[in-house]
Amino acid sequence: MDTYINIYIERERDRGFGFFLTELSDYNRSGSNLKVEDNPELYFGPKIFRSSLHLIGSARVKKDQMRSFQSMLNYFPEEVLEHVFDFLTSHRDRNAVSLVCKSWYAVERFSREKVFIGNCYAISPDRLIARFPRVRSLTLKGKPHFADFNLVPHDWGGYVQPWIESMVKGGVNLEELRLKRMLVSDESLELLANSFPNFKSLVLVSCEGFTTDGLAAIASNCRFLRELDLQENEVEDRRGQWLSRFPDSCTSLVSLNFACLKGEVNLASLERLVARCCNLRSLRVNHAVPLDALQRILAQAPQLVDLGTGSFVHDPDSESYNKLETSMQKCTSITSLSGFLDVTARCLPAIYSICRHLTTLNLSYAPGIYSDELVKLICHCNKLERLLVLDTIGDKGLGVVASTCKELQELRVFPSDIYVVGNASVTEEGLVAISAGCPKLNSILYFCQQMTNAALITVAKNCPNFIRFRLCTLNPTVPDAVTMQPLDEGFGAIVKSCKGLKRLSVSGLLTDQVFLYFGRYAKQLEMLSIAFAGDSDKGMLYVLNGCKKLKKLEIRDSPFGNVALLADMGKYETMRSLWMSSCEVTLGACKTLAQKMPKLNVEIINESDQMEDSVDDKQKVEKMYLYRTLVGPRKDAPDFVWTL
Amino acid sequence: MERAAVYDSDLNLKATELRLGLPGRDESEKQSSRNNKRSSAEMENSCDKDEQESAPAPKAQVVGWPPVRSYRKNILQHQKNESDLSGIFVKVSMDGAPYLRKIDLKVYKNYQDLLKALENMFKCSIGVYSEREGYNGSEFAPTYEDKDGDWMLVGDVPWDMFITSCKRLRIMKGSEAKGLGCL
Repeated sequence: MDTYINIYIERERDRGFGFFLTELSDYNRSGSNLKVEDNPELYFGPKIFRSSLHLIGSARVKKDQMRSFQSMLNYFPEEVLEHVFDFLTSHRDRNAVSLVCKSWYAVERFSREKVFIGNCYAISPDRLIARFPRVRSLTLKGKPHFADFNLVPHDWGGYVQPWIESMVKGGVNLEELRLKRMLVSDESLELLANSFPNFKSLVLVSCEGFTTDGLAAIASNCRFLRELDLQENEVEDRRGQWLSRFPDSCTSLVSLNFACLKGEVNLASLERLVARCCNLRSLRVNHAVPLDALQRILAQAPQLVDLGTGSFVHDPDSESYNKLETSMQKCTSITSLSGFLDVTARCLPAIYSICRHLTTLNLSYAPGIYSDELVKLICHCNKLERLLVLDTIGDKGLGVVASTCKELQELRVFPSDIYVVGNASVTEEGLVAISAGCPKLNSILYFCQQMTNAALITVAKNCPNFIRFRLCTLNPTVPDAVTMQPLDEGFGAIVKSCKGLKRLSVSGLLTDQVFLYFGRYAKQLEMLSIAFAGDSDKGMLYVLNGCKKLKKLEIRDSPFGNVALLADMGKYETMRSLWMSSCEVTLGACKTLAQKMPKLNVEIINESDQMEDSVDDKQKVEKMYLYRTLVGPRKDAPDFVWTL
Repeated sequence: MERAAVYDSDLNLKATELRLGLPGRDESEKQSSRNNKRSSAEMENSCDKDEQESAPAPKAQVVGWPPVRSYRKNILQHQKNESDLSGIFVKVSMDGAPYLRKIDLKVYKNYQDLLKALENMFKCSIGVYSEREGYNGSEFAPTYEDKDGDWMLVGDVPWDMFITSCKRLRIMKGSEAKGLGCL
């Protein structure tokens, strides 16, 4: 029996590069080993860690081979390194690896195929391609998060065009493009479709600027298209029958999601497309696809794993409805269900047969399903891991979820009527019930009428595993509904208990105290959203000083000002971005910050008609967005954006 | 939604007072720990003790609150509009009356409004709804036929659900409706 030694490759910050040998006894490992050809006794395991010790790689070596291996250590052949790096899929791990030494940086950059850019203005496309010439998959994010809530003008920026142009020029073999909150034009889509022969996957989330003509270009020119996934985009409908532009030779589709499109599609084309794409796993149609068409589609695609229905309205006593039930029963692989954009509740029993396999259910666009029917449906869904609903489910409905869905990990409860406070039907009771019944819960987005500290404290105790905790009271400054106190203690309990919390959004009446808790306990926090909270600069300072891993901070309508902004300017270089709107920061302070920190872009969004000269440094800034960047002020900023 | 003006007290000069600020916002802003917060013109200070009532607080439209993606907001609004487009006219019959009436359910905000209107229209007394007893004790009980064709007691389901599922109304004699109240 051979004894193996585990070698941990570490990076020592101050002492440069070094290897450490550690002898460990045999241990059980799962996962495959990759045998390296030039030394058959050498195995590289797939376990690559990233931890506070900067553990980067591990290898098992036979003990009697150690001596010869030792000399090899200092000269890890590049192919070997590349093999090891292949196992690194997370961009964070790859970033860590590339910092070890020059040779590792070089190997890593040539082998990286997937690049993630969290802020498209932090780097330029040319520099990206220069560093990662073999990039095949690019993920880009554009506008700041608060753009989702109409706080950022539409033409603020985030254009994908220059990225595509650079990749064309750079001869990149692009296969996958994933964009979030970016401006995408038909021209961009046409260029994309015509320039990359191996293009396989396009995912657009919350983007705008394109029409169905752009989609037609993608459909007709991307010969090996596997994925076209449109999530919540604003797309202008040009009635050009874009779906019919998929050629008969297109059989490669695995995922097609056009739920957000407003216009009609040619149903016959859709049915034929589905019929010839036998690998289709995910299909989400829009509201223009009626229930009988859905039935015909399902008959052709019983292998579907993810289904988004369109209109689910029909006469439940009809023949086609019965056919639908039958087709549904044959779809035994469906684990994810969404849609129901129009729905007749009495048609819902057709899906009961697939409910017991469902792991994801999204009914958040279906206001036509009331609490009773929702409950009936959910009673069948005991394998659910992810549930998105409207608050029409009510606290009682959430109670049913709590007792049925024991595997639940993520819950999102959206408001059904955002214009009238007082009609929402979930309160702290529903949240407490869920926390008590669903031990695996780790992610929540909860819009509610009211909240209490007691409830939050209970939730914190029941669910210490939250990674994402986002609570939104419909009235932004409502206090504890019972004690009328601020909700400081409740949120404090959450951060204290949930040591792995990465994302937090808070609301309700909050004082500086809650931020003291955040700074003290929220050590893993990466993203924090604050609105109408706090009393003074101290609040913001607690967060900036205490939350060491903070990447994104967004604040609106809170009394934080220049003292907080300027206290630790270096901090912003460790973060992706900071947004502050309707706070107390002045133009003068922003100018100071911009001047002292050349690696930050400090942008002011000024939507009023004021001339630049007449603006006083003492004036409060309405909207400020700053972010770290390697390429200085952007050149595509519109008139109303001043980069200081 | 506006808070109901206090009709019973004096002249209610406040209601006719000309001043800047959002309707429903009281001048004598209560002392709260948020005094040094910038008072945005859009903010609604509805969290104070004095304003706590059973009626929902008036809501000012704060930009970007609640934080719901515009895409979602548009969908909800569109779905709301689709149902808002036309009035919901339903026939109303009353036991013993020679002819039926028609009313637009859209015109009423809640059950209270509707019942009051029915009482006026038919000169009857319907009384107060209770979950357990229905309208027991009243001369008349309001019922409606829902989408499924069943006759239901008015008041059981949320108002919004009611107006979309109600096909016609029938005001039954209290004696006949007794059975319903015991369910």
